[in-house]
Amino acid sequence: MSASSIMESLFQRSLDDLIKGIRLQLIGESKFITKAMEEIRREIKTTDSQTKAVALEKLTYLNSIHGIDMSWAAFHVVEVMSSSRFAHKKIGYLAASQSFNEGTDVILLITNQLRKDLTSTNEFEVGLALECLSVIATTDLARDLTPEIFTLLSSSKTFVRKKAVAVILRIFVKYPDAVKVSFKRLVENLENSDPHVMSAAVGVFCELASKDPDPRLYLPLAPEFYRILVDCKNNWILIKVLKIFAKLLPLEPRLAKRVVDPICEHMRRTGAKSLMFECIRTVVTTLTDYESAVKLAVEKIRELLVDDDPNLKYLGLQALSILGAKHLWPVLENKDVVINSLSDADPNIKLEALHLVMGMVSETNVAEISRVLVNYALKSEPQFCNEILGSILSTCGRNFYEIVVDFDWYVSLLGEMSRNPHCQKGEEIESQFVDIGLRVKDARPELVRVARDLLIDPALLGNPFLHRILAASAWVSGEYVEFSKNPFELMEALLQPRTSLLPPLIRAVYIHSAFKVLVFCLHSYLVQREVIHPSSVDDLATGMPDLGFGIKCVEVSDIAKCQSAADCGHDDEFNPRVSDISVEDSTMETTRDITVHEASSSVSLQKEPFTHESILNLLNLVKMALGPHSGTDEVEVQDRAQNVLGFIKMIEQELHGLLGEEKGNFEIGEHKVPKIIELMYNAFSKELGPVSVSAQERVPIPDGLMLKEDLSDLDNMCADVLKPPSSSFTTGNPQFGEREGDSFFNLHGKEPEPSTESTLLLAQHRKQHGLYYLPSDKNETVSNDYPPANEPPLLSNLVDGTQDLMKLTEQSLASKKKSNHAKPRPVVVKLDEGDELPVSATKLTKESKDDSLSGALRDILLGDKVNPMSSQRQPSDKSSGKREKEALVDSGYASRSKQNLGDAQPSHGSSSSRRSKHRSHGKEKQRSPRRNNEGKEDTQKDKKKGSHHHRRHKTRQRADGPPNVISQTPVIPDFLL
Amino acid sequence: MIRAVMVMNTQGKPRLAKFYDFQPPEKQQELIRSVYGGFLCSRAENVSNFVQADAIFGPDTLMVYKHYATLYFVFVFDSSENELAMLDLIQVFVETLDKCFKNVCELDIVFNFSKMHTILDEIIFGGQVLETISAEVMKAVDEITKLEKASNAVTLVPKSVSGWQSR
Repeated sequence: MSASSIMESLFQRSLDDLIKGIRLQLIGESKFITKAMEEIRREIKTTDSQTKAVALEKLTYLNSIHGIDMSWAAFHVVEVMSSSRFAHKKIGYLAASQSFNEGTDVILLITNQLRKDLTSTNEFEVGLALECLSVIATTDLARDLTPEIFTLLSSSKTFVRKKAVAVILRIFVKYPDAVKVSFKRLVENLENSDPHVMSAAVGVFCELASKDPDPRLYLPLAPEFYRILVDCKNNWILIKVLKIFAKLLPLEPRLAKRVVDPICEHMRRTGAKSLMFECIRTVVTTLTDYESAVKLAVEKIRELLVDDDPNLKYLGLQALSILGAKHLWPVLENKDVVINSLSDADPNIKLEALHLVMGMVSETNVAEISRVLVNYALKSEPQFCNEILGSILSTCGRNFYEIVVDFDWYVSLLGEMSRNPHCQKGEEIESQFVDIGLRVKDARPELVRVARDLLIDPALLGNPFLHRILAASAWVSGEYVEFSKNPFELMEALLQPRTSLLPPLIRAVYIHSAFKVLVFCLHSYLVQREVIHPSSVDDLATGMPDLGFGIKCVEVSDIAKCQSAADCGHDDEFNPRVSDISVEDSTMETTRDITVHEASSSVSLQKEPFTHESILNLLNLVKMALGPHSGTDEVEVQDRAQNVLGFIKMIEQELHGLLGEEKGNFEIGEHKVPKIIELMYNAFSKELGPVSVSAQERVPIPDGLMLKEDLSDLDNMCADVLKPPSSSFTTGNPQFGEREGDSFFNLHGKEPEPSTESTLLLAQHRKQHGLYYLPSDKNETVSNDYPPANEPPLLSNLVDGTQDLMKLTEQSLASKKKSNHAKPRPVVVKLDEGDELPVSATKLTKESKDDSLSGALRDILLGDKVNPMSSQRQPSDKSSGKREKEALVDSGYASRSKQNLGDAQPSHGSSSSRRSKHRSHGKEKQRSPRRNNEGKEDTQKDKKKGSHHHRRHKTRQRADGPPNVISQTPVIPDFLL
Repeated sequence: MIRAVMVMNTQGKPRLAKFYDFQPPEKQQELIRSVYGGFLCSRAENVSNFVQADAIFGPDTLMVYKHYATLYFVFVFDSSENELAMLDLIQVFVETLDKCFKNVCELDIVFNFSKMHTILDEIIFGGQVLETISAEVMKAVDEITKLEKASNAVTLVPKSVSGWQSR
């Protein structure tokens, strides 16, 4: 040993020194750590094991507490791990479990060291190695060390054995084939007399069952778990067993009958709150059909609810809300506690109480509860306030507003929620606003009224959380402007100066809505002046009988014509309010003449709301407000503003002339303006509906459109000519290129360079290969046949919509509650039933993820399901059945593969695909009974019977074609009987 | 399964961190920070000790914490553990520390990095609870400490002696 190493070890900073240094903070923490790291990097390279170990310990500390990287020291970790001194070894193992992961390359080097330590006579060394493995085991490590761990599973030392059992979890996850070898031993540990070992084994099964996509595999072990449930006194073990049963009970109803009594017994007797709560949870999640158990659980829940400990109260509420999904009475019984909990200081309790309250909501009390909650939200702190608003929105919006009957009420509630100063649910409210507008025709008048109230309030524009709601309000008032009592006032609101506070995209919505309002006003004025005859619009509407309420003018003209308004439901509400408003807003300049004109008569708008003057004022207002926007650099805003201004410019001149003339004096044919306005008006009055998710699929592909073939050609071309992406745009979408692309080129004479270049390239290419992406003649016919982009989804929607309506009426007839209401629930247009697709998709991925482990387990557990069957046949001879199982499992790994090789089918062996695995598994199922029988032959007398049975089983399988696992599962016997 | 054990002081400084599924060091620090900043520092006294941890540790995770003097003890776990049992387990851990260090305080935890891990590893093994009786934990920890000391003592003397002799 050289002197330098002694000096090193004498003057090396220990971990304590390091920590003291950091705490002293003489030169600042990060600076000190940098310095310490320099030392560590030097020290760790030394040959002296003590210095190296201390350096590694310091590094591990810095890694764990200060987040310093230590992956660079992986090799030194291996060195220290292999030290013969226990203290060093321990430092090495801690460092390894702290820093090693799948990406550590030196992990390959530790296999032998681990093997050595796993077989050590010192139990603490074995413990270190197992502990490390439980965190870092990779597939390779798990595979290579499975034999050692298998041996340790039956170690005589509890200290080692419990850890060996626990490490199995990681081994199984990483190397599912280990199941074949060690599963039997693991099950044996369930029966160990030592509670530590048993606890570890139960814990492993609990993890396996909860992670496995198919817990059915563990059903054969139910008798073992049942025995533990009945006999065990250890609360920790009982909790885990209950967790396992919670997974198994939904799968096997016979099991529930057996365990319900012991569970209730534990619930009654135990003094441990944790065990009691676990019993309650098991009952409320899986044993809700057993009335006495539920009653007992509710009793115990009540105890938790009135406890002073907030933890117990919270868990009690949680259990209650789980139960609430099945039985409402316990929730109603504890209503007072739940309501009081809403004002608890504890955020968990409040939230859980809120869920419970929302769970009690039905269509009869939704209004009352929501009213209370919205008022309560005003007084709550922001976070909880938004929880309340969010849960009201999601509850009411659930399944196409299932529980909402009175949409006028709900829409005004939405408006009220928007005005809550803490409201941050803009996005949800926005989408419901628009969604209700699209789906619920009858709610539109109220929607427009609420939207108007929001738009007109200049204070709301300052709150960025509300901008989304304002966007929806603007859209709604533009789209359904015919329900507006005062379009002029609306226009002022849309164009008020404070809209400059809005983000550009929302301002664009505002301007577009203003456009719609303008067109509506002009059109109504012309109708009123009889320049345009509403009948012509009616003709249009009758021309499209399918659209039903597709053209809004029908309603408008109805209003204009018949003052009695008997047929329009909204008219009754509509009129009185108008007079109110007109009094309120009499100060507004543009509207003054209207109000003066109409203040006397309560019937308003319909008569003569639009005067020459008011229209002129309107036009001026729009021009004034939008003028500045035409020069803004926000393109959306500029674009919309230009549209409106351009429109005004186009009609203005002639309109002045028109306005001057007498009523009904012109022929429509003479003037362009009425035509233009009518055109625009019709464009805006097309009904917008919700679009089904599957709408695109329902559009039939036109004959002769061969999308796939041509695209594959395109691939070839792209492969040998490297084109800029812009070119693939024009080539990839030939239709676009021919129709819109052309006009695009015409409009902008100067095309940017790249695309002309690409068209050149394309032309060259066509010449070269004599290929065209789509035959031009064909393409033409296609584009002629192809229906306008808007129509097909619309038509299919309507068809679909009526079907859904039928369903809806059927439903409402079926349930008594709904028919009781005096006011019929308005129609809600639905398109898609449920969303089953994503669910099944996630299921699939989950399954495939855990496939290997559950596959291996399936082999083992369903492979030996024959045994319970045989033991059922001879209930007295349980042990022999067990021995067989053992033999099967122990020899299984080797002998099975041999047999497979011997088999005529070559597809076995290393089959990796899932399908072939199943097939080979099914094959196994055919074989294993026979093997079993062979083993039995000398001892069992009823072999004939058995083999007969199996042979029949086998032939049936053959007849079925490829055997699959599902067909096997029903054979699971009555385990507990 | 238990996903992580954290001990931090009331200022959010980590004192012990163990993650049972590998997390790179920066990520560990980030998780600790978000546990403290997101929940603990703004938590009122005398409220329930459970926190939904989905936002930090992924779906189906729950966090339970206990506040002792200047320290927070935090366990993160999934639905295969019982909430109240985890609360008890924190108690077991703290009791064991108290026995080990005789009236444990924050400084003991700061300066006994490796012993803290020894104790914790006896209670929680790869995310699973293996021991819940603090006396049993103490027994194993004492044995391990003895073994450590012995292995150091045996080799320290000969090493330095041989070092001097060789000169």
